[in-house]
Amino acid sequence: MTGLTRRRVARDAAPPRDVRPSEPPTTRASRGSALSWMLPPGFLLMLLVAWEVGVRLDDTPRWFLPRPTDVLSELVRSRQLIWGHTWTTLQEMVIGLTLAIVLGVALAVAIAASRTVERALYPLLIASQAVPIIALAPILLIWFGYGLTPKVIVVVLTCFFPIVISMVGGLRAADVDAIALLRSMGASRWQVIRLVRVPSALPSLFSGLRIAAAWSVIGAIVGEWVGASSGLGYLMTRSASQFQTPRLYAAVAVAAALGMSLFALVALFERWALPWQRRAVRREQG
Amino acid sequence: MVPPDPQLIFEAPADARARVVVRDVSVSFDAIEAIRGVELALGDGELVSLVGPSGCGKSTLLAAIAGLVEPHSGEIWLDGQRVTNRLGHVALMPQRDALLPWRTVLENVLLPAVVAGTDVRATRGRALELLPRFGLQGFAEHYPRALSGGMRQRAAFLRTVLTERDVMLLDEPFGALDALTRRSMQEWLLSLWEDLSRTILMVTHDVEEALLLSDRVAVMTARPGTIALVEPVDLPRPRTPEMVSDPRFVAQKARLLAALRNEMSFGSEVLR
Repeated sequence: MTGLTRRRVARDAAPPRDVRPSEPPTTRASRGSALSWMLPPGFLLMLLVAWEVGVRLDDTPRWFLPRPTDVLSELVRSRQLIWGHTWTTLQEMVIGLTLAIVLGVALAVAIAASRTVERALYPLLIASQAVPIIALAPILLIWFGYGLTPKVIVVVLTCFFPIVISMVGGLRAADVDAIALLRSMGASRWQVIRLVRVPSALPSLFSGLRIAAAWSVIGAIVGEWVGASSGLGYLMTRSASQFQTPRLYAAVAVAAALGMSLFALVALFERWALPWQRRAVRREQG
Repeated sequence: MVPPDPQLIFEAPADARARVVVRDVSVSFDAIEAIRGVELALGDGELVSLVGPSGCGKSTLLAAIAGLVEPHSGEIWLDGQRVTNRLGHVALMPQRDALLPWRTVLENVLLPAVVAGTDVRATRGRALELLPRFGLQGFAEHYPRALSGGMRQRAAFLRTVLTERDVMLLDEPFGALDALTRRSMQEWLLSLWEDLSRTILMVTHDVEEALLLSDRVAVMTARPGTIALVEPVDLPRPRTPEMVSDPRFVAQKARLLAALRNEMSFGSEVLR
């Protein structure tokens, strides 16, 4: 008899018992991690040593294939010259990538928001990638001269495509239940885009951004090859024509480092911008 | 198929005006008729459960009441008014919790206020006040992925409560949970229910859950879904989990299961 009344669940009944505080952050670290960090630079170092030794043994002429140490000493000796050209290229990359992000994200939102815009723009978008950019560069040179502008445009053209495609994909893949929920709350179209579609597109946008960051250096250098008075691409063509092969290699190494740094920067920014994606707090297993 | 009994369908509490009236509503998707001629009324403060085989159109009915799909015939009345654009008029809790993974628990439960453009600050205060009762104390700043299934469900429920609508539509609120968590969630909801004073239509395929929680139980037929039977629950309030062994409970459960079995030619999903 008391069973029924006493066990009548009180007003402030304790919440269900499955409540467990989340586990402390699980670190995947352990024995494997030090090795996995060392592996890429270690392997690169091995390749460089093999190259150095091979070239020394074979006594290859330096203008044909310089040793890694030649490239290094050239990097140090001509650092001022190389830095000047690097600065030009870096500017083109960063300005171009920034514009590509703004343009690409805006375009993606417009495409996802309106069928009409999609129909009008999508074929053009594909066409813009079918036209080889290297063919466009001379036209841009005629229109804009030798300055920064034509290179920035080439970078934008190279970078915005992966951004648009990944962003459109992300916007479309938003959870239908969440969208229905927002609509049931009376949310406007724009609210659905802003509160659900855009945030859920961010992870996908960032994978496009990483590709774009790595490609931006290619865009800048292609732009400079066609016609420039400074920049790493210009330095490469000039060094090549003068058989200053170590300098050419140094410029290539710096360009590669630029692309990798921008890639790493995007990855770092992603970690900061998407805190909910971090693995730190694991979902409990029921 | 048992024809709907109008007497039972409209047997809402006499002193309460009907919050929701669904009259002869049919919904089709392309060539498939999801629900046909559904009749249902919810009195003020009533909790009605909708049980039926899966795929019978229970969720479709909720979507129609919420305004997410437009019935191609019939009428839906809210608070004595025939409303054509119902979006924003009722609070919906979707089948999966639909918590936004990039918003913390607190930000998720504040979403309705953000969408409605109401005073988010005031709602935040109320949310922080309610979090402990929803078993979410200390989790306001956590992301949903750090939560257990039961906690996610309660966060989704709190979001539904904070939508601040008199009518709440719950689509299998405990459907995704394991049996133990489910039972404790039902007990918890029982303890909370009387303070909420909301009108609730809840979809479930668990007859026991329906009987334990609701004032009336409506049984839906297989596709195209229609209401086959509506029964008031023969148990006093406040309800307790022990009532599952009450003879009245057992008898009614057997009756409803028999009605459901009539609707199903195969499977035993509802026979939990």
